Amino acid sequence: MAEIIFIGLSLSSILLLVALGLAITYGAMGVINMAHGELVMAGAYVTVLSGIWLHLNIIAAIPLAFLVTALIGYLIERLVVRRLYGRLLDTLLATWGVAILIQQAVRLEFGLSFFGRHIAGLGVGLQNVTVPEALTGAITIGGVQVNAFRAFIIGVTVVLTFATWLLMYRSSFGVQVRAIMRNPNMAAACGINVQRVNALTFAYGSGLAGVAGVMMSGFKTVFPDMGTPMVVDGFLVVAAGGVGSLLGTILSAGLLGQINGIVASVTNDILARAMVFAVVILIIVLKPRGLFSYRGR
Amino acid sequence: MNTTRRSILKASALSAAGTLASPYFFHRTAQAADVIKVGVLFSQTGGLSIIEKSLADATLMAISEINATGGVLGKQIQPIVEDGASDPKTFNEKASKLVIQDKVPTVFACYTSASRKAVLPVFERRANLLFYPTYYEGFECSKNVVYTGAVPNQQLSNFIPWIIKTLGKKKFFIVGSNYIYPREMAKVCKVLIEQNGGQWVADEYLELGDSEWGSMVNKIKSSGCDVVLSNVVGDSVVAFYREFKNQGLSHAKLPICATVTSEIEIAAMGPEYAVGSFTSFPYFMAIDTDANKQFVERYRAFVKNPKAVTHHALESSYFQVFLWKQAVAKAGEAMPIPIRNAVMGQEFNAPNGHVKIEPANLHTWLTPRIAEWQADGQGKIIDTYPAPIMPLPYVAYGETEKNLFCTGKGLDTAKLKG
Repeated sequence: MAEIIFIGLSLSSILLLVALGLAITYGAMGVINMAHGELVMAGAYVTVLSGIWLHLNIIAAIPLAFLVTALIGYLIERLVVRRLYGRLLDTLLATWGVAILIQQAVRLEFGLSFFGRHIAGLGVGLQNVTVPEALTGAITIGGVQVNAFRAFIIGVTVVLTFATWLLMYRSSFGVQVRAIMRNPNMAAACGINVQRVNALTFAYGSGLAGVAGVMMSGFKTVFPDMGTPMVVDGFLVVAAGGVGSLLGTILSAGLLGQINGIVASVTNDILARAMVFAVVILIIVLKPRGLFSYRGR
Repeated sequence: MNTTRRSILKASALSAAGTLASPYFFHRTAQAADVIKVGVLFSQTGGLSIIEKSLADATLMAISEINATGGVLGKQIQPIVEDGASDPKTFNEKASKLVIQDKVPTVFACYTSASRKAVLPVFERRANLLFYPTYYEGFECSKNVVYTGAVPNQQLSNFIPWIIKTLGKKKFFIVGSNYIYPREMAKVCKVLIEQNGGQWVADEYLELGDSEWGSMVNKIKSSGCDVVLSNVVGDSVVAFYREFKNQGLSHAKLPICATVTSEIEIAAMGPEYAVGSFTSFPYFMAIDTDANKQFVERYRAFVKNPKAVTHHALESSYFQVFLWKQAVAKAGEAMPIPIRNAVMGQEFNAPNGHVKIEPANLHTWLTPRIAEWQADGQGKIIDTYPAPIMPLPYVAYGETEKNLFCTGKGLDTAKLKG
């Protein structure tokens, strides 16, 4: 039983890892960022490339991936999203386009493959990341054998969630972000630089996606399409948890992960997946604004 | 008039220069009418392109080798390469284009069963011919397809008895991706396991392309099995082997015996996760013969990648072109049905050894092999069948060598029900 709970916890933490960035860009800023999965993919590729070119291991790649994807996110906000605030469906289309651009950039090695040049670690092929010896295999905690890498992911997720909570609820920057969420015009009138805060918030959400990518690269194959299915799960979590609520996102990730883990162990994985979708539909039908609704914008 | 004459002069000067510079160029242009066109249809883009591009490359390599030795019937072979884009519908459209518009007598095509099923009607309705290089689930008896990959009995009939007798494992956990190929393979597995005195404790599936293995591996751990038989495909394979090791399981105690894990998947997961696990295929890159070593070298030179890997479907893509060439030579004309009739019983020394097309069902006699994966990403071949064995596409339904379901007359559906 403890093992099943652990697997559920691990599934939850993976969901939360991807959803945390979305909780900020979608939940707090009202942008349906379809490029979120591609930012996860970019984070995974940063791990691959830093392993090949800089000989960094997966842990050292975490801050690097955060910075790179935050920068990409910053550019997306400055160039595209900035012009589309308040137009939900337009952000969906525009960021979808951005997603395709990022995917193809990786696949075509930033266009260099047209000239016959190749960068090791990019391109259409499957890549893999070597996980340090300490994080492979199983460790025993309180008589239960647990997967070391999954335990590491849970740890990273807890740290990131705590950091996000501190940033949003215990810093002056967070006060500004929440003020903008409630009413951007009033916030601007109070002297908040709305454009700057928005750009930084979007960059932070994107950086979180990059860290999720680093974690994913440790137990999945890295390839240009890897982000697309993940973003679906991310939106499920955020929508079920309640848009704009960090607590809702955490709880819904926990709930969906445990449901997946328990149903999978009692029956099978295919039924578990269907069950997760059924629960999300039920939540949306009964509480259209999610478990924890939050008025904003 | 003047300009025309000048351009003719120019053109002839050019083609003369071309002849001197490269005979290949000359053939392509001046003898354009005197070539045999064939279709080459694999995914050049999309998720499956990683594998399918290598199949297209192997096909083109075989064609260029045949052309270098004079082609067939004194004509050069001209491949028309189309992109299936990892999408069955596109496969269907491109196959129609090749058959109807380009009027090719044969198409070398398809990797997945989904794409084969999508193009099948085109070849049957237009009485054309498809050469299909991939190992697949069987249960097909088309008179318009030549199958050069393994069918279930050629991957399993040596594998299961070997696991039970040599490895001494009796309790099987069968796991696969949730679609037709793994489910048909599981059927054959169960028949063979029971025949050989073993038992299977579970038969479980994961969504195709899903890579969340936590629950499944935990189930394997607590099921009490002593061997895992994997029919998992695609990038799920990679996540599966990684999770397997990370939950503290080892191939030494509980080996994964796989039917789909090839050199490509091993390279993608990192060989350290697969060391000590087993796979059954008729071809491995590590086959220790001069013919195979030269084949690997030629392939690496052809794709200009000194680290390129070869695998079973790739090798079939290569040798099936030679079988086709022999059939064309025997038929004396490049027309689909004469080629089909002539290919029956054709034999060839492929990199994996001797292969032969079975006249009854147009599948291929192949030699099953079992390999243990090593730290360098290569399979060490530890068991080879003494001779090529007969392809039985309906083995899951009781087909035997003496009682064929699929013959020259087509599928005997009465036997299928009984």
